[in-house]
Amino acid sequence: MAWDAARLRDDFPALAREVRPGVPLVYLDSAATALIARPVLEAMADFETRHRANIHRGVHTLAEEATALYEQARADIAALIHAPDPREIIFTRNATEAINLVARTWGQANLKAGDTVLLTEMEHHANLVPWQMLAQEKGIHLEFIPVTGEYLLDLDAMQRLLETTRPKLVGVMQVSNVLGTVNPVREIIAAARAVGAVTLVDGAQAVPHMAVDVQAIGADFYAFSGHKMFGPTGIGVLWGRAQLLEAMPPFLGGGDMIRSVSLRSFKTNDIPYKFEAGTPAIAQAIGLGAAARYLQEIGMENVEAHSRALVDETINRLAAVPQVRLFGPGTGRQLASVSFTIDGLHPHDISQVLDTRGAAVRAGHHCAMPLHTRFGLPASTRASFSLYNQREEIDVLIQGILLAIDLFL
Amino acid sequence: MDDLYRQMIVERHKHPLHRGELPHVDFEFEDENPFCGDHLHVMVQVDENNIITDAKFDGSGCAISTASADILMEYVIGKPLDVVKGMDKEELLDLMGIEFGPVRLKCALLSLKVLKGAVYGLEEGE
Ligand SMILES: Cc1ncc(COP(=O)(O)O)c(C=O)c1O
Repeated sequence: MAWDAARLRDDFPALAREVRPGVPLVYLDSAATALIARPVLEAMADFETRHRANIHRGVHTLAEEATALYEQARADIAALIHAPDPREIIFTRNATEAINLVARTWGQANLKAGDTVLLTEMEHHANLVPWQMLAQEKGIHLEFIPVTGEYLLDLDAMQRLLETTRPKLVGVMQVSNVLGTVNPVREIIAAARAVGAVTLVDGAQAVPHMAVDVQAIGADFYAFSGHKMFGPTGIGVLWGRAQLLEAMPPFLGGGDMIRSVSLRSFKTNDIPYKFEAGTPAIAQAIGLGAAARYLQEIGMENVEAHSRALVDETINRLAAVPQVRLFGPGTGRQLASVSFTIDGLHPHDISQVLDTRGAAVRAGHHCAMPLHTRFGLPASTRASFSLYNQREEIDVLIQGILLAIDLFL
Repeated sequence: MDDLYRQMIVERHKHPLHRGELPHVDFEFEDENPFCGDHLHVMVQVDENNIITDAKFDGSGCAISTASADILMEYVIGKPLDVVKGMDKEELLDLMGIEFGPVRLKCALLSLKVLKGAVYGLEEGE
């Protein structure tokens, strides 16, 4: 499909609104939550109005239609990330729940006191806290791949850590939600597997912005969220290798995750149902399937090229503002997010001034407190870009920042 | 802009009157708003009748939390500790004269939270 910016923007109903009279929305916070695409809304409305029924439970027409739509969504999502088998797609509430699922099931069953889990200093809290909780319970060790002064993972240090700590699991984000750094996950996973580690990739910031091929990456688990990829809230995905998933204990207990139940015991269902206890977020899953098809249609290469162009231009223009300190590895090395600080100017104030111009950015630690601590920053401001953003919006961002500097410094 | 950043807030943020150290501290407390990374330290000095003779703050925060701290320090100097203990958030918000959304409200009220921590003699981190 040819890149048609105007048509693309039209696919996102929220872009039609004004933040206040005469001030159009400049949405630069897609890394937190992306806007929802019209085909997603339509798919959900179609389910709710015509096919709404529970899945896997009835033999009437609506139940069969609902089940077919839900399973089609699973297949479409598998196709987007090149999963070999739709049974490997487990619907969760979000990326956070997907990672917790791995910690609670695979981690519970396979980690014991003294084992090491290797993460990175740039992880989102979603890929830190579940392991910290497990560490407290089971006495496992946590180690961290350091982030260099250039905002990249230190791969030499990683190699040493792999050899000295022999981790049972390595967890890494593919794209940083703060720095925008695109980590060489394929290389990291290969190194981790060479020492026998199971690997988990947090793909929350990758799936919306670049082609993802879980088989090429070579990981064992891959987690992401629907709401960051133009889908609804309340739905996320854990992809895992079928063999591993089959060997794992179930997550939550209840309907759908069982094959048979007696008063005192149960037999678990096959994957993926084993991990989907209770009535799932059916409409949301169907919506996410539509989002996956939408992205496939546009082409992830196009999406990535567009995002990179906007990011690079933003970095260059921010670099020309003397008060701005960029927090990321720089042009050509960042995807989606551009974070920065300004001495003496709190991110909240920058964000508030930008809001008066209609621009939505994120201010704070972006659920990556350890990363901010590593660089001695209490907080930063982040502008994040997506397929519906356009160059004129960078003008609004830069003007707003200059205004904030003028006002407060 | 006018709504939120009345000139006073910006002025207070740029040139706070009560930021700094106290030579003698009777009560102090520090706390942070982890959501935004604001960190505030409040110091209070009282006389033998428990009247606040001086109060200062330091730390790092956004314009609203800084201005709020500065306004609050000014307000409590000369008041009895008991009055400060009884202060409620509406009083501070009235002093600032601005309406805040739910997120910025936390910034505006951090100073009162920390001051109360000080005058109630809470241990840091409690
Ligand atoms: C890299 C990364 N991982 C995990 C998450 C968690 O996503 P969610 O809050 O949807 O579970 C986010 C988003 O906040 C993220 O950016």
